[in-house]
Formats: sequence, C-alpha cells, structure tokens
Amino acid sequence: MNGNTFPQLLLRHGQQRPLHPAFREKDLGIWQTWNWQQVNAEVRALACGLAARGFKRGMHLAIIGDNRPRLYWAMLAAQCLGGIAVPLYQDAPAADMAYVLDNAEIAYAVVEDQEQVDKLLEIGEQYPGIQHICFEDERGMRHYHQSQLVSYAALQAAGREFDALNPDFFLQEIQSGQAEDIAVMLYTSGTTGKPKGVCQSHRSFMTAARGGVGFDHLSEHEDILSYLPMAWVGDHLFSFAQALVAGFTVNCPESSETVLTDLREVGPTYYFAPPRVFENMLTTVMIRMEDAGRIKRALFHHFMEVARRSGSDILDKKPVGVLDKLHYQLGELLIFGPLKNVLGLSRVRVAYTAGAAIGPDLFRFYRSIGVNLKQLYGSTETCAYVCLQPDGKILFDSVGQAAPEVEVKLADNGEVLVRSPAMLSGYYKRPDATAEVMDAQGYFHTGDAGIFDSDGNLKIIDRAADVGKLTNGDMFAPNYIENKLKFFPFIKEAVAFGHDRDHVCAFINIDMEAVGNWSERRGIAYSGYADLAAKAETYQLIMSCVEKVNADLAGEALMSGTQIHRFLVLHKELDPDDDELTRTRKVRRRFVAEKYAVLIDAMYSGQRSQFIETQVKFEDGRQGKISADLHISDVKVFAAQQQAA
Amino acid sequence: MTTNRKTGDVILDLQGISLSFGGVKALTNISFNVKEHEIRAIIGPNGAGKSSMLNVINGVYSPQQGQITYRGQQRKGMNTYAAAKSGIARTFQNIALFKGMSVLDNIMTGRNLKMKSHFLMQALYWGPAQKEEIAHREKVEEIIDFLEIQHIRKTPVGRLSYGLQKRVELGRALAAEPEILLLDEPMAGMNVEEKQDMSRFILDVNDQFGTTIVLIEHDMGVVMDISDRVVVLDYGKKIGDGTPAEVLANQEVINAYLGVAH
Repeated sequence: MNGNTFPQLLLRHGQQRPLHPAFREKDLGIWQTWNWQQVNAEVRALACGLAARGFKRGMHLAIIGDNRPRLYWAMLAAQCLGGIAVPLYQDAPAADMAYVLDNAEIAYAVVEDQEQVDKLLEIGEQYPGIQHICFEDERGMRHYHQSQLVSYAALQAAGREFDALNPDFFLQEIQSGQAEDIAVMLYTSGTTGKPKGVCQSHRSFMTAARGGVGFDHLSEHEDILSYLPMAWVGDHLFSFAQALVAGFTVNCPESSETVLTDLREVGPTYYFAPPRVFENMLTTVMIRMEDAGRIKRALFHHFMEVARRSGSDILDKKPVGVLDKLHYQLGELLIFGPLKNVLGLSRVRVAYTAGAAIGPDLFRFYRSIGVNLKQLYGSTETCAYVCLQPDGKILFDSVGQAAPEVEVKLADNGEVLVRSPAMLSGYYKRPDATAEVMDAQGYFHTGDAGIFDSDGNLKIIDRAADVGKLTNGDMFAPNYIENKLKFFPFIKEAVAFGHDRDHVCAFINIDMEAVGNWSERRGIAYSGYADLAAKAETYQLIMSCVEKVNADLAGEALMSGTQIHRFLVLHKELDPDDDELTRTRKVRRRFVAEKYAVLIDAMYSGQRSQFIETQVKFEDGRQGKISADLHISDVKVFAAQQQAA
Repeated sequence: MTTNRKTGDVILDLQGISLSFGGVKALTNISFNVKEHEIRAIIGPNGAGKSSMLNVINGVYSPQQGQITYRGQQRKGMNTYAAAKSGIARTFQNIALFKGMSVLDNIMTGRNLKMKSHFLMQALYWGPAQKEEIAHREKVEEIIDFLEIQHIRKTPVGRLSYGLQKRVELGRALAAEPEILLLDEPMAGMNVEEKQDMSRFILDVNDQFGTTIVLIEHDMGVVMDISDRVVVLDYGKKIGDGTPAEVLANQEVINAYLGVAH
C-alpha cells in the first residue's frame, strides 16, 4: 500500500505491526485493547456495512459522541469508502447541530448513544435529510423502532455479509483513494458568524502529522489519552492523524468524569491539552497542598522553590551547578516524582498545549517539575500545524518557530500569514469565505496579530480584529489583558472593554472551586455561585488580583495605558449554552458586549452598582431567568514605569 | 414518554392489612396489588403509613391482620432475610450505606445473597471463591456503568453528595437482581437535575431489567410522570387507587392533599 490516505496507512499497520495495540478503552472497569489487525477487521466490517446501506464516495458521515474507539473507526470507515468524516461537538444543543447537519448535507451519522439519537431524531423532523443513524451504545434503545436507526453491531454484521459477497470491494475502494481527496471536514468554532466547514485533504493532515511526528521523534510506542472533543482540530491531529502516521496507541477514557483517573492509569508518553486542563490540574494540586500537614507543605514549597531556580534549565540541558542539581534530584525523589505520578505525567516525554495563551507561572510550574511542556500554534484551517517549540529552546511568551514545511510571515498590520501544504482545500460551499482568507500568493490570513523576536520566534498578541485603540491612541489588546487576569486561579474568565473609550474596564468570572475553597477556609458562608460572586470578601480578593495585573501592565511600555480602572464580578458563569462562549470556550466578545450593554454603561458612567436580569438556558434546554444587583469596584492604577534597560 | 412496556399478572397481592403498634393504628384494612413489571407508587401525607407499608412488604413488620400473597403463595411469618431471598430488594428513606467503604464495595454487598462459596474461602480469595468474586465483580461493574458512577467507583461513600449516595443505594439494591424493588423516597432532598436523573434511572431499571418497582415519593410531579398506578394512603387508610389521572381526579385525595375548608 502506498500510504497516501489514512485508510491505506491503516492497512499498512495491519500488515507491519498486526499485534501492536492500536486502541484501548476502559469498559466495565477494565482496559480493553484492540491491536491493529483487529482494528482493520472492525473498520472493514463497518465500512462494508455503510456501503451496504448505500454510502458512497464523496458523501459525508457525521460522527457525534465522546472519544470512543468505535467512533474513530467510523471516521476511518467513511474514508475507506472515499467519504468524508464530519465530527461534531457532542455537547452542542440540537439547534446548533441542525445548522451543521443541514450545511454538510448529512444523510449518514454514527453516534454514541441515546442522547445523540434523540437529538438527531428531533432535528430530523425539520431536516428529513438524515436517513441513517447508527448508534454505538444500545442502552435505552430497545423501544426505538424508527427505520433509519441501526445499531453499530447490526451494521457491522450486515457489513460482514456484504463483505462475504463482495470480497474485493473493500480493498479496491481503499486503493482508489487519492491524497487530494477530502478526508475530514471540521467546523470552525464560529467566534464570529455561523460555523464554517473546513475541508482538509488526506495530504494536508498527513503533512501536519508527519511533520509533528518527525519533529518530536514520536514512534509507535507512544501512548496517548484521547479526551478532547473529536470535532476539535487538535484531537483530530493528535488522536487520529498522528496516531495513524506513527502507529501509536490511542487510549479512550471510561467517561468524561474519569479522565483524571484514567490519565494516571494510562500514564501517556505524549500528551496534549489546552491550558485550562493544565490550570485545573495545578489548582487541584494547590488546593490539596493547602489541606496537607505542615511538614508536607513546607517540603512542597521548599522544593518548588528549588524547581523554580533550576528545573527548567535542567530540562533544557543547560549547565547547572552540581549542588543545585543534587538538590533538584532530591526534590525529584521526594516531591516532583510523586507529584507527576499522581497527575499521570510520569512517563510524558512531550506535552503540548495550544488553543489559548498559557500563563507564564503555569507554564514554568510544569517545566520546572520536569514535564517537557511546549506550545504550538495553529488553527483548524492549518491542521493545527504552524509553529512548534523545539526542545531546549522554550520561551514562555512565544509559540515557537515555523514548523517543517511551513512558511510564516507578518502582514503590514501585524497579521500572521501562513503558507504550507497542511492547508485547507476550502470552506465547504463558501468560496467567498475561502477567498477572504487565502490570498493570491497562497498565504492564509490567520486573523491573529503577532510579532517575531530576533531569533525568529513568533509571539501572538491577540486576534487582529480584536485589537483596538483607547481614545488617547494607546493600543488596546483585550485578550492580552484578560489572559493576565485569567492566570490567577481565582479568575476563570474575564472580558476587558476599552476600544474607543478613555480607560479599560473588565467583567470577571470567578472560579467557583478556587474561590469557594478560599472562602470556606476563612469561614465565609455562601449559598451558591451568585451569592459567592457578590460577597465583599470575593471583591477584595479579585481586587488584589486586578491590582497585580495593573502593576504588571504598568511595567510594559506598550501596555501601561491599558490598566484596568473598574471591574465587576458577574453573577453567572459565561457559558457556551448561552452563546457567550464558543464551544472551545473562547469569549464571543461582541455578543457579550451587547447582552450586558447595561453593565458596561454603568461601569463607564461611574455608577456604584447596577441591576441586571439575564436569561439562562439549562442543559436540558429549558430557559430561566436570574437577576442580581452587581457591585462595581474601582481599582488602583499605577504610574507607568520606565523599563530598566 | 410512552414505552411499550407490558405489565403482567398480579405478582404481589395484599388483602386487608392492618398493623398497629400498641394503641397506634399504623395501617387499617389496606388492600392493593402490584402487577409484574409495573411501577407502583404509594403516596400520602406525612404519617400516612407509607413506610410501614413498605416494611410490611419486605418483612420488617408482621401485620396483625391480613394476607400477603407473593407469586401465588400465601406468605406467613415473613422476615427480612426471607424477603430478600425471595427477590425483594429495597432502598431506605435515610440512606443506609457503609459510609467508610467504597462505592464498589457497597454495591458488592448487594451480591451477598448470591455468593455460594464459604466465607473463609472468600477471605482467602482462594479456589472457587476467586472465580465467583470475578463474576460478581463483573455484575457490579455493569451496575456501575448503568448508573453512570464510574468516576466514584473507588470513593468512600461518606464523601459523596446526597444525590450520589442515593444512586449508590439504588445500585446496591440492583446488585441483588431483585424481582421487586422497593424505593423509599428515592428523590427526597434532591435538586431538579438529580431528580430527573433518578427518574431516568428508575424508568431504565424497570424497562431494561423488567424489575417491578414499588416506590414512595412526595414529589407529585415525579409520581404522576413515572408510575403506572398509584395507591394513596391517609392516616393508615387507603383513600385512592388507580392510574395517576384517576387518582388526581379523586375528591378524597384532593382533600387529603389540599386540605378541606371547615
């Protein structure tokens, strides 16, 4: 097999390493393993089953559910037949899903369970295009008799019959696959406007995957844990494309709630997580350390100080004094080693984070205890493959250098432009949108504003479209400020305002767990989120964080004018269900500004407090209203400091 | 939601049950039956005798008068052990779990009646006991999967929220693979979301395992949504019996619940 498409790679693994574990899934408390040979047989049965139901070259197969081996196989099965896999966000409500299903003209879907089947049947009443729904988990499905439903097992059984009658069909279909064929369509999160389907060919994702695998010397012996949404480009690159290129083992957790336990059991060697996952881990560690005895706590803090001094340098193989090295090794024995073990990071050789900015303290923490955490930069359109940080050359505030085979340059307005073979073939049915982002020279306009340092490391500041100006002409990069706020464990989300205003104000979302724990420790009683958010003590706590950010901003030449003058703590969490965040948890800035216009006006008109009533959607789709009287706080602002040369 | 669940013949029949403690009459001449595969609710104001009724069914109390016919056999001198052995399992109004033990171990205790090997062999995890334990563990894991509590499998029960403890208790009752499951206020003290989850699980148990369910519940909305037939008690007397719609239209029931103008 020539290995031009992912199914061809699957066949090759089946021949070259038939007994090597390809997928694992924890089921009924036990890790079940499928080797490459078994995966070949499973995919073959499923693909033939789809073919028997009329699935043909060029058709789209929707895939909806948590990370399950059978759903990854469904992607492969679609591709075997020359079809296109369209993974969707499993937690999206029916209405959001309907748009994508309609847009992608979905007739076939493979889904995880009853919950997703219900959604599709509901959508099907308005969009009768969905003809075939295959469900993996048969629980609760006994009384569903709709003709479009078929269980995964039944579909595979039908496939085996079909295969017996047409023994050459499967291999011929795979053989006729071309590298230029579209392999997968991933929908952009849609920070602005409706989601767009990004069409990626086998060649693009394979380039991205090969590049990454070569760059970090990944082999078939890696173990990864797949727990991020399958519809996200990051998961597709790591759990699908790279797994098939390198032939390593994909482990699927038992349920979304058991990820941390499963992580520890698997002990991945290669790990990918957005910053918030690393942040949650650190928050948990810190909370537990607060609960530990005094000796343990003292030991922890002592060795964390040691790690801060020399940990990163040891990891980067820079020269470190003999005494420091010994001291660090003692720490490894007593603190870092056990800590990594508890977090499930003992075996990690390479860990990546992407998707949002990561706080320097957070980043340093993991590197200092010996986890080789690196950053990468990319987007759905570029197969999450633009910049990577090479081992040993890690800068906290940059995303690294252009990856192999990728060209990166900056436009005059600072926008990052990318040209590479790992590039989208186009937005589905949106040539206008494609033309907007691809220029005549083949550069993709990322929409991110960035700068290069003298060594060619790229630093991303903000979304180019979000960068604004204060009335006095100072540059206002909201994301930059929000990230500084979010680096505090107590602040979960922040939204800064300042474009066309004379100063900056901000909304704050507290982190329920961290602030709740902090309050309990001080004997402050609270009844729920809204109550905790409104406490005077909480405002004091957040105030101290905002002041530190201001002090920090005052020290930066370009940013000193954008210190935060006033803030308020929101009474509800910003939520994707209320359209305030995207599914990948990025703030929908314009939407939030419109929805809470009354609060913004209050902040800029100098009011001390403001009443607000907001509509909220519950997970089951019901709606409700919550209201609160929000206090608005002033913050100390610092004089701009001259930076020391 | 409608299912094509079929209720079968009468599996449990109670005739003229009267129970008193000294001078206090807890139950007076109560008769009703439970059909196979149905969800049967017992409702009534506080002190109406609902829990006493459940206790009569599973043999905690022996009524002074009345007959209980279970699977066509008249029952005499019942005790809790015999009730459990005959396929009746229950949960309690105030959770009765082993707080210091893990969720897994708690549910495992529900398998106790199914274990055949000698306890010494069990303690030594030796011979047939080993094989047996593995088979039981598998069954327990299925229940854990069914109730979606994988994430707390190894957590001591005492550290769990009330809603989760209730779920674990249901799991332990299920582990006995009962024919009749008695649930004493399975949703008391739960928030809306937890109640929805619990209702879902009760319906699923009934649907998937065909278990007959007798439940006591205060939340009328829940009762009317999930039960097939409802018995209404007030001051130890039966004042209503029928489908949720019939019971809701019954004037005596309305009086008992909403009060009567004097």
